[in-house]
Amino acid sequence: MIIKIGIGSCGIAAGALPVWDVVQEEIGVQGQDIKLEQTGCIGMCHHEPLLEMIYDDGRAYMFGHVTPEIAREIMQAEHPETLDKYLVSTSEQSNEFLSRQVRIALRNCGHIDPESIDDYIKTGGYQALESVVKGNDPEGVIEQIKVSGLRGRGGAGFPTWFKWNATRAEKNPQKYVVCNADEGDPGAFMDRSVLEGDPHTLLEGMAIAGFAIGASQGIIYARAEYPLAVKRVEIAIQQARKKNILGKNIFGSQFSYDIIVKQGAGAFVCGEETALIASLEGERGMPRLKPPFPSQRGYWQKPTNINNVETLANVPWIIQEGGAAFAAMGTEDSKGTKVFALAGKIKRGGLVEVPMGITLREIIYDLGGGIKDGRKFKAVQLGGPSGGCIPESLLDTPVDYKSISNTGAIMGSGGMVVMDEGTCMVDLARFFLNFTQKESCGKCVQCRIGTKRMLEILNRICEGKGQEGDIELLENLGSQIIAGSLCGLGQSAPNPVLTTIRYFREEYEAHIYDKKCPAHQCKELITYHIDAERCKSCGLCAKKCPVQCISGEKKQPYVIDQSKCIKCGSCLEACPSKWSAVIVE
Amino acid sequence: MTCSCQAEDRMEKQFVQADVDLHLMDDILSMYSQEAGNLITVLQKAQDIYGYLPLSVLQHIADGLGIKRAQVYGVATFYTQFRLTAMGKYIILLCEGTACHVNGSERIATALEEELKVSMGETTEDGLFTLSDAACLGCCSLAPVMMINGRAYGPLTPDKACAIIRDIYKQEKMNAEGGVTA
Repeated sequence: MIIKIGIGSCGIAAGALPVWDVVQEEIGVQGQDIKLEQTGCIGMCHHEPLLEMIYDDGRAYMFGHVTPEIAREIMQAEHPETLDKYLVSTSEQSNEFLSRQVRIALRNCGHIDPESIDDYIKTGGYQALESVVKGNDPEGVIEQIKVSGLRGRGGAGFPTWFKWNATRAEKNPQKYVVCNADEGDPGAFMDRSVLEGDPHTLLEGMAIAGFAIGASQGIIYARAEYPLAVKRVEIAIQQARKKNILGKNIFGSQFSYDIIVKQGAGAFVCGEETALIASLEGERGMPRLKPPFPSQRGYWQKPTNINNVETLANVPWIIQEGGAAFAAMGTEDSKGTKVFALAGKIKRGGLVEVPMGITLREIIYDLGGGIKDGRKFKAVQLGGPSGGCIPESLLDTPVDYKSISNTGAIMGSGGMVVMDEGTCMVDLARFFLNFTQKESCGKCVQCRIGTKRMLEILNRICEGKGQEGDIELLENLGSQIIAGSLCGLGQSAPNPVLTTIRYFREEYEAHIYDKKCPAHQCKELITYHIDAERCKSCGLCAKKCPVQCISGEKKQPYVIDQSKCIKCGSCLEACPSKWSAVIVE
Repeated sequence: MTCSCQAEDRMEKQFVQADVDLHLMDDILSMYSQEAGNLITVLQKAQDIYGYLPLSVLQHIADGLGIKRAQVYGVATFYTQFRLTAMGKYIILLCEGTACHVNGSERIATALEEELKVSMGETTEDGLFTLSDAACLGCCSLAPVMMINGRAYGPLTPDKACAIIRDIYKQEKMNAEGGVTA
């Protein structure tokens, strides 16, 4: 039997390490022939920590929310597969979250040990690279990518083959392949999952890209905030070098290729190609004007092809199965599959890989299980700080590049943050603007100063000091920033504000004219008070209040002193739901 | 030769003056001074050694790599990863990502600030904890999340976050007491 435990950053955060220890201990005690393996993230973050038992006959049982105690119970049970209460998926009956997916970029995540190259090779890994190198037809490789219709998964959606072809066409013999692993969009974590769960796929994809364009050096620009990902990629590189899958004369051919990792240092703007190159060269990460494009003059002025992690993770599969197989999925302008990171107020959060063209509603309700705690859907934010908010009326929009950008949002890297009625859209817009304003590199005036001015306006609206004309001012500033910025950061920074104004204008108006926050989130616009009739004088709220502004005594309803209240909401939470005596308005 | 506008002098005043053993950098500088483009890597390694980047270290790096001091100052201040003041033993990174924001990270921030009696970006008096925020830690399904010295914790409630801090504090205290006899 094999037991696999998901040890990604999220698994560890949910407590997978103590589970691992218990299982190891139990295996020692029982003395059975059980192999314990670590694996990456299967995407079911809502069930972490996960433990999978695979019998020799192929039956597999996955248990969720495993604590050390549950792990012991599973290990000691004679028939663990009957422990229904912990089972989340079995080989006979896959759950809804998994069964609707088509996993290509994530095909190995959660199945193989990311720190074992042999595991990767066993699943057919590096066969694509071998066939490409031995076939010695770089143009044929680019043709397959063209047939597949693969477009950049990092945000812009540029056709991958076109970039490869342009870099290949350059005369300079020294070329580079750069993998953009600077996954900075808050709310997106598919690249982390690939880096942590299947690093060899990325190396193989990069090597194939290197072969196709004629580069001998690959560089992974990894985010500093992903320590585990960096560690696993570095292990993978060492393993590949040992087997001469990276290095000189790969698979006995003329093709030599190596990969190094360079760590970013925490700057969102470095997701932009030219800023990324500046950062790789040890400079401040500031974008420059294009052209020349990186494919013409990139890293050290040499032709450089830059692709995102998810894009490259698709490449080995496309080479193995053929471009047409990839193109058979998806829509006219968006082929293949796309990974989405489901988060926010959703029941089943995690990573899902689905064919393009599926609707937002299907992803959120069928895969994600709908909204948490029985609340009502309000909006879904797509594409991070460059994206926008899509309201319920547009939930039947298919996910493809064109349809999504028609809504004012963008596909982006695939972050999907779901919001319920308790989320204030003005506050959300302010949140994103605060982010882009902080991350603006400062090169373009419109971006540097414009985002600051927009943030000031949003701050005053949230504080109840909004004025007539503020909405129009935001729209005006937004269009100026879009027009006057050099790179994608500035060109898209106003999107969250503009889309929330477009779809939730009445919420802005409520803040400005009625001085009310309909979602009860903006502190300056709400008050908490206790309904005297409902209050049972239990005193729980007073005990929880951090500023001791609630007073009362037995058989007397409690009262909040408004002058001292900091509107933290502790009383609302403390009040037992059967009484619900704390009212927020 | 310094520039007549004295911007460099003014800039230098922003950094911390500290007397540290610069020889700890010798290996790194000799390894990376041969080729260009390694400034960020060198700053990262220096930060691993000293915990932060005081002025003397920045200047030593500029001299060691043969680049202008202003360039080193520019890069060190551009990226959020570089810390220009001393940090605590435990660095708490509270995630400020979208999923964490809609799931109430602000309340975790308030709770942690109260528990540690510091504001965001500050270090506790005993030098044990630094409270800081991060753009997104990529553990969105476990929101709200914080990371302490590379390990992520989530989903948090204000009470849970404080309990984790108290546990570390207790452990540290026990180690300190045990350390005398050990």
